[in-house]
Amino acid sequence: MKTAALFQTAGDAARAIETVSWVLFAGGLAIFVGVMVLLAWAVQRRAGALRPRLWIWGGGVLFPGAVLTALFAWVLPLTPAWKPMPPPDALVVTVKAHMWWWEVRYRDPATGTDILTANEIRLPVGRPVYLALTSADVIHSFWVPPLAGKMDMLPGRMQHLLVTAAEPGTWRGQCAEFCGDQHAQMALHVVGLESDAFEAWLAAQAQPAQALATPNQEAGRRAFLSNRCNACHTVRGASAEGRLGPDLTHFGSRLHLGAGTLGNTPENRRRWLAHIQQIKPGARMPSYDRLDTQTLDAIGDWLGSLQ
Amino acid sequence: MKVPLPAPPLPNNLPRPAGEWEALQRAWEPPSGWRRLSAVNNSQIGLYYLATALLFFVLAGVLALVMRTQLAVPGNALVGASLYNQLFTMHGSVMMFLFAVPVVEAVAVWLLPNMLGARDLPFPRLSAYAFWAYAIGGIAFFCTIFFGASPDGGWFMYPPLTGKEYSPGIGADWWLLGIGFIEISAIAGAIELIIGILFTRAPGMGLMKMPLFAWAALVAALMVVFAFPALIAGTMLLELERAFDWPFFIAARGGDPLLWQHLFWFFGHPEVYIIFLPAAGMVSMMVPVMAGTSLVGYRAIVWALAGVGAISFLLWMHHMFTAGLGPLALHVTSVASFAVAIPSGVQVFAWIATFWKGRVPMQAPSLFLLGFHFIFVLGGLTGVMLAVLPFDWQAHDSYFVVAHLHYVLVGGLVFPLFAAIYYWTPLYNGHRLSERAAHWSFALMFGGFNLAFFPMHIAGLAGMPRRVYTYADGLGWTFWNLLSTVGAYLFAAGVLWCLVDLVRTLARPEREHGNPWKADSLEWLPQGDYGVRSIPQIASREPLWQQPSLPEEVAAGRHWLPGTVFGGRETLVTSPVHGHIRQLLRLPGDGWAPFVAAVGTAGFFLLLTVSWTVTAFISGALSVGAMLVWLWGSDLAPPRPTATIGEGVSVPTVAVGRGSHSWWATVILLAVDATIFASLAFAHIHVSMALDVCPPPGARLPQGGWSAAALLAASALMAWALHSVGRDRQARVRLAVALAMGAAIGAIAFDLAMHLQADLAPRANAWSATVAALVAWQCFHGLVLLIMGAYVLARSWSGKLRPNARATLDNTALMWHGTVLQALAGMALVRLLPAWMGS
Repeated sequence: MKTAALFQTAGDAARAIETVSWVLFAGGLAIFVGVMVLLAWAVQRRAGALRPRLWIWGGGVLFPGAVLTALFAWVLPLTPAWKPMPPPDALVVTVKAHMWWWEVRYRDPATGTDILTANEIRLPVGRPVYLALTSADVIHSFWVPPLAGKMDMLPGRMQHLLVTAAEPGTWRGQCAEFCGDQHAQMALHVVGLESDAFEAWLAAQAQPAQALATPNQEAGRRAFLSNRCNACHTVRGASAEGRLGPDLTHFGSRLHLGAGTLGNTPENRRRWLAHIQQIKPGARMPSYDRLDTQTLDAIGDWLGSLQ
Repeated sequence: MKVPLPAPPLPNNLPRPAGEWEALQRAWEPPSGWRRLSAVNNSQIGLYYLATALLFFVLAGVLALVMRTQLAVPGNALVGASLYNQLFTMHGSVMMFLFAVPVVEAVAVWLLPNMLGARDLPFPRLSAYAFWAYAIGGIAFFCTIFFGASPDGGWFMYPPLTGKEYSPGIGADWWLLGIGFIEISAIAGAIELIIGILFTRAPGMGLMKMPLFAWAALVAALMVVFAFPALIAGTMLLELERAFDWPFFIAARGGDPLLWQHLFWFFGHPEVYIIFLPAAGMVSMMVPVMAGTSLVGYRAIVWALAGVGAISFLLWMHHMFTAGLGPLALHVTSVASFAVAIPSGVQVFAWIATFWKGRVPMQAPSLFLLGFHFIFVLGGLTGVMLAVLPFDWQAHDSYFVVAHLHYVLVGGLVFPLFAAIYYWTPLYNGHRLSERAAHWSFALMFGGFNLAFFPMHIAGLAGMPRRVYTYADGLGWTFWNLLSTVGAYLFAAGVLWCLVDLVRTLARPEREHGNPWKADSLEWLPQGDYGVRSIPQIASREPLWQQPSLPEEVAAGRHWLPGTVFGGRETLVTSPVHGHIRQLLRLPGDGWAPFVAAVGTAGFFLLLTVSWTVTAFISGALSVGAMLVWLWGSDLAPPRPTATIGEGVSVPTVAVGRGSHSWWATVILLAVDATIFASLAFAHIHVSMALDVCPPPGARLPQGGWSAAALLAASALMAWALHSVGRDRQARVRLAVALAMGAAIGAIAFDLAMHLQADLAPRANAWSATVAALVAWQCFHGLVLLIMGAYVLARSWSGKLRPNARATLDNTALMWHGTVLQALAGMALVRLLPAWMGS
């Protein structure tokens, strides 16, 4: 997996910004070095006369004025569209931020119904994706650096970001507006897929949870229900009443758990269930350390099987 | 023995009468022991103020070290999320509100009178009150960290996170009430400084001969007047929402979280320049002296200061570049953010040109000044980068911004401040700090700072967001964070080294300070507790360079007011533009009223926070009582109408109306008041504009007339009272004031009744809440008019209101007109906006 970084760009919006950034760094460095050399020279040299107007008007007004005007004129056409209209072929994905996870909503092209998932966004490479961004509670900010700049997510408003992934890959993003206790562990991952793979994935997401394969998974499903996990979590096909926490229908297909906090492995699933309040203190789910290891493993096993 | 030069025509001749100096000394003798708390003179208050501000710098720095230790390695478990969030909230809040703004005001309070040749600031008790309110409130606010009860929503306090639903504890209330009233203290300080700078300069010191620190302090203080009220309005609204569930910022009931951001940053961005400009003013004082030559571009710098002050009010939306504002607002703000680089560039080039023209010895102040240039220019350049919209969309709220803001604030304030500590400490007891220690301290601070903050640029570009209490390994942030932590400790060691040396130096025995840096400005004249022995007549911008005999003349008492006319504390009032002598101003001596009033004010706000409501109101009443006691002894008729301050030169001892500095201070207070009102009106308009129908369903406009006639009558009656006091017709004055009270308060009460009749329900929706806020603001003014009117009546009955002692009435009348205008504007806004929106 690639780390999240400004200069590992994978989207056209981020690439436009990258070009601007390099010009800014080079220009800034040149001006900084120039001013420092002038300062060092001024301090080292013997006292002497000067032309005050040249310094004040030339150095203080004309020089920055010319540089800044040129910069503005150059940047303006390079600036990615702000509040863009979605192109007709754009895929619309709604992302609603919660303290401290991401609810992701697709429209099923086959049936027109909504498909809910969480903390992971999959995109078709090369196709514009119109992200509709809002918040369920406090202000958050959507930021996946390799794809584009950030956009705040406010309760009561719907904001937008238009991104196009240029190549397949997995990119990490993180909430950029302080949103309370677990702001630090509110990450998400974006996976760019080739068009066919994306369509297949979306069709699979539209299906209810997979049938049970082993007795242990059956035990996990029963423990999930008997411990009322379904009060907050929906697993389509098993229980569809929970709306407070992330939808877990295809949890097993996700790369991470806990909004990018841990990798989605059997060991981590057990730790997460038993010790969530140590790993992500303040998260809106209790630690289930009162359950025995066997039960935790069974629940983790079942959730992991939900491909 | 030199042959004496032919004496220029100086205001006073020698020898001075016996006992003159002793009387001056007695009048200005500072209190000792416990009575130090009752001191009001700027020489004492300024030092208390500086020491307290530096204490908060150290305390907030310690919080930063804890945070840096937590972030040294990924996944660290030293502090948890909830404590970390309190730490960064307190670090930002304490640095901005309890260190940065107070320290620049403190330097101004301590230095400005001496720099301007005044004996004290014009309202010494107000400075004392402002200081004590700040010190007591600030320490109580800081101590919340020890109880885990500190605010944890960031120094920017964005709702809804800081609203009752998501922050049910009292941490946010500590912030809103604590910081809210420390803002009041900052405004009091600003009024004091503006009047001091405009009215108490040495004779002959026209505006363009004023030291640049005074210019910078003047511009910054004017900015305080217009910026801080927006925050006061914001904190009032958020506290009303938290306490009474008035939904200004709750989207579900028509409120808007962005309303807070507009109000906060309308204050918050000028705030940065309120901190930086006075520091730039200090730099403009030190650079020419260290270079041993006149400053290049004095006039250009004055214009640059004013330009920065004006442009800084157009920049607030660059803190909201990713909040989804319209493209026009973004581009305009981006251009303004570019434009502000130009006046800053003018100052930097003026300083470098001055170094170029002169010779710069590598003494302690020069080192810190050069360090300032390095750090500030780099921070300025990253600031231009952040003004570029697409770049900001990536860097916004990342560690890149953390790096940038520390480069401009530590570069723009802390390095000039440490240069100033090295430069001005000799004024305290005649001793300079150790040069050897200064080199070590500078090396650690400069190296440590860059090591701590430069890597943050890189961490931010690698995707590290701000305000995270921990991070995972493998994201490319680990190495840069470790470097930052090491740098932070080195920087702290440098600060500690300097402060230890400072304490050691301050403990040395007192001696004459002389003029150790061969400076040009008046604070280096021989000074006593009374300031200068005689107030110098100024003929140039660099008086100590152009008038070499000035120190001797001043010390011998040959300039103005070489003693005390009435045996008390006095200074001269001069005209604001040219510095012509206008008046002898009698100043109050030390006393307990400001201290008691400050304790009462702090107690009111702090007790209110912990919901001890009754005790809080007792404390508030104590405060108002102490203020009335303090006011009762002021505005007295002078023993004689004129006073002799030089051979054959007499000046008036009283001024009335527009000639009085207190009239102008009231005008500034009204500007503050009107800006708070404008902020509340903005909130109302902002919320209304988002409505489909206005008023929203369920709410109604008040019926009935506006009581405009009664308000206008109230103003006219006050004008009649002013006319009558000039002729000493006291009975008419009392009648007019009583009728004016009835008319104004009646009009406000009538408006309130109309709103209640329309079933105003502030909890129902944000529109009603903003209307209620406007009505509440009017009612608060009604209460103020009640107290002020009653006070004027009492002055008249007791015979203290006289044609030559009428400032009380003059200023009350100003308040009256201000309230009437606000009430008219408020009533018109609420009633006419729906029609205007509908058309």
